Amino acid sequence: MTLNEVKVGNTVHIKKLNGSGPTKRRIMDMGLTKGSEVYVRKVAPLGDPIELTVRGYELSIRKADAAWVEVEQ
Amino acid sequence: MIIALAGNPNSGKTTLFNNLTGGSQYVGNWPGVTVEKKDGKLKGHPDVTIQDLPGIYSLSPYSLEEVVARQYLVNEKPDAIINIIDGTNIERNLYLTTQLLELEIPMILAINMIDLVRKNGDQINVKKLENDLGCKVIEMSALKGENALEVAEAAIQMVQEHTGIPQNPHVFTGSVEHALAHIEESIEPIVGSKGLRWFAVKVFERDERAIREMGLSKEILDHVESHIRDCEKELDDDAESIITSQRYDYIAKVMLECVKKKRARGELSVSDKIDKIVTNRILGLPIFFAIMWFVYYVSVSTLGTWMTDWTNDVLFGEIIPPAVSTFCESVGMAGWLESLIVDGIIGGVGTVLGFVPQILLIFLFLAILEDCGYMARIAFVLGRIFRRFGLSGKSFIPILISTGCGVPGIMGTRTIENEKDRRMTIMLTTFIPCSAKTEIIAMITTEFFPGNVWVAWSMWVLSFLVIIFSGIALKKTKLFAGETAPFVMELPAYHFPSGKNVALRVWDRGKHFIVKAGTIIFSIVVIVWFLESFSWSLQLLDPETQLDQSILASIGGALAWIFAPLGFGSWQGTVAIITAEMAKETATSTVVMLAGKAGITSLFTPIAALSFMAMNLFDPPCIAAMSACMREMGDRKWGWIAIGYQFMLGYCLSLVIYQMGSWLFYGAAFGFGQIVAIVIIVAALYFIFRPVPQKQINTQTAEA
Repeated sequence: MTLNEVKVGNTVHIKKLNGSGPTKRRIMDMGLTKGSEVYVRKVAPLGDPIELTVRGYELSIRKADAAWVEVEQ
Repeated sequence: MIIALAGNPNSGKTTLFNNLTGGSQYVGNWPGVTVEKKDGKLKGHPDVTIQDLPGIYSLSPYSLEEVVARQYLVNEKPDAIINIIDGTNIERNLYLTTQLLELEIPMILAINMIDLVRKNGDQINVKKLENDLGCKVIEMSALKGENALEVAEAAIQMVQEHTGIPQNPHVFTGSVEHALAHIEESIEPIVGSKGLRWFAVKVFERDERAIREMGLSKEILDHVESHIRDCEKELDDDAESIITSQRYDYIAKVMLECVKKKRARGELSVSDKIDKIVTNRILGLPIFFAIMWFVYYVSVSTLGTWMTDWTNDVLFGEIIPPAVSTFCESVGMAGWLESLIVDGIIGGVGTVLGFVPQILLIFLFLAILEDCGYMARIAFVLGRIFRRFGLSGKSFIPILISTGCGVPGIMGTRTIENEKDRRMTIMLTTFIPCSAKTEIIAMITTEFFPGNVWVAWSMWVLSFLVIIFSGIALKKTKLFAGETAPFVMELPAYHFPSGKNVALRVWDRGKHFIVKAGTIIFSIVVIVWFLESFSWSLQLLDPETQLDQSILASIGGALAWIFAPLGFGSWQGTVAIITAEMAKETATSTVVMLAGKAGITSLFTPIAALSFMAMNLFDPPCIAAMSACMREMGDRKWGWIAIGYQFMLGYCLSLVIYQMGSWLFYGAAFGFGQIVAIVIIVAALYFIFRPVPQKQINTQTAEA
């Protein structure tokens, strides 16, 4: 499963980050690294982006970018 | 002595900077980019400069702010670093810290917002943290002023005593440490021992930019590559991910030892509760529009406009000019000098100062929205729409403000982080009719199309379409290609805006508008005054009746051919276009003045009037907005690109309107002009609908 498919209100763990380059690095720099816990908090009014809680703060990420992140329950 | 201030966005860096420097700040841009550069003298220490670095999350090579910051730290080598971190969000903030420590520059870790930490009932073990990180730690509250100056004093002491160089903490484990040790050994003869760990990590990450700057030979790189490969194989991940993960793993360990959080996981803070409503799926958009309506209502429709009108019409219309005139006459000043002072200088300065109250008011709202944390939510709520045409969700605000005045609109783009988004917004935001352009619309429609409600409306729709389709087309060009900065954005906790921060921000931005834009506008206004007040034989003319003998009129006549394809190739039309570049509303006053008793319908046919209006609406904005654009682009080349694009777009659009309009609705024969118009339409459609060029997709992956 990828991060963009997780239902709002669920907590998941990151299994793997796909992709490369700036987007991947940026996602990792913001604390979404292998093994970290992510809570999917809400979806924006227009359906994109989504809001996550990670490492104790709120992060907003586009669904297209979240699709690079493989997660498990 | 230079002390650099580094930290994440929203860590309170600006507040600390203001605290340390007081009023003595210099604000500009880093060379060639639109990233803001600020420095100032430390209060009470005229020999100590505080250099503010852009707010960053990491020292990766991918974002402009990060590159600017790390170039500065590595190449300019400040004497010390104050790394400010948000005490309520230590985990992510320490990530940048682990990178800064590697530079081996004397450093102090300042844990900010300690008052909030205490209020939350959290505990931070400072001694333990100092031991783990190998660097001095001080708790502080920039907002409350607690310990702020002490942090700077401690940094100065470190520099004077040559202490405080961080002892590299044990961030990396096992095989990574092993590989890094090998790299360090290979590159030490070339890069030296200071900051060796930093360089080694960059080599490990295969950071091309850093490697290029180190000037490592191919042999060395090939040699260390095998160590990196072994490590990647063992940990089954790429080098960059390994480093990032290990940094965060290390921080997680430090957190366990040093930080105790009181609030149970999943429990909602006040900020969380506010956010639940404000960015709610159903309420999010209505709340956004209500807030925007309020900002617009106060700063554009009511208070702001009243203040601007008063400054323009009363202060610089009824009070100052007559008073100065009376004074000039009483001292028997020459007529031309009086005209220069009253019409040229006061008129010119007045145009600039007239904007100031409105601009300050808009900056006030922007600063409040930024400071309380709502600005980031706007990007969250609107992100989806604006992404479609290459803008940021935050582009909405500059465009909205530009309906009042393009100058604060352009300056409002400072809140957009991504440089490409920012440049695109600067370029497009002035296409929206501002209050001065609205006057042009009002005059043309009432004079030429009385009773037709669609003309004015269609100009508004046209301006939206121009922005949207320009965005789509420009995004596909080489200038704006690629998605270099991904949309991964922190949503900071809400807090009550600090009056001091807001005031300083408003003053900062306002001051620069007055000084910089003021000097440019001032000189140009004087030049235009000269051109329209004098004939070639340097005779002073009566502005009411003799304008046709002025230098400006003959320049207009000489340039009229440019506008002939647009239907108004007369010297009057040309002069109106030129003077409108001083201030858009002068387009109306100029044509009225030039047409004299015959009325302006004698100057244009209706379709030419429509084309004249379109040219004024879509060609480069007034001189004030153009100088703001030049300044905010941070680079003359980009300023000229924007102005060139705007001129081309206005010209082509007017040409199409005139040529196609006179052929379709006014019975003109189909000829060369119509062919040109059709070519323009086809070209525009091509640029809008063509697929993204393959070459750019390739360069994107290459960059990646």
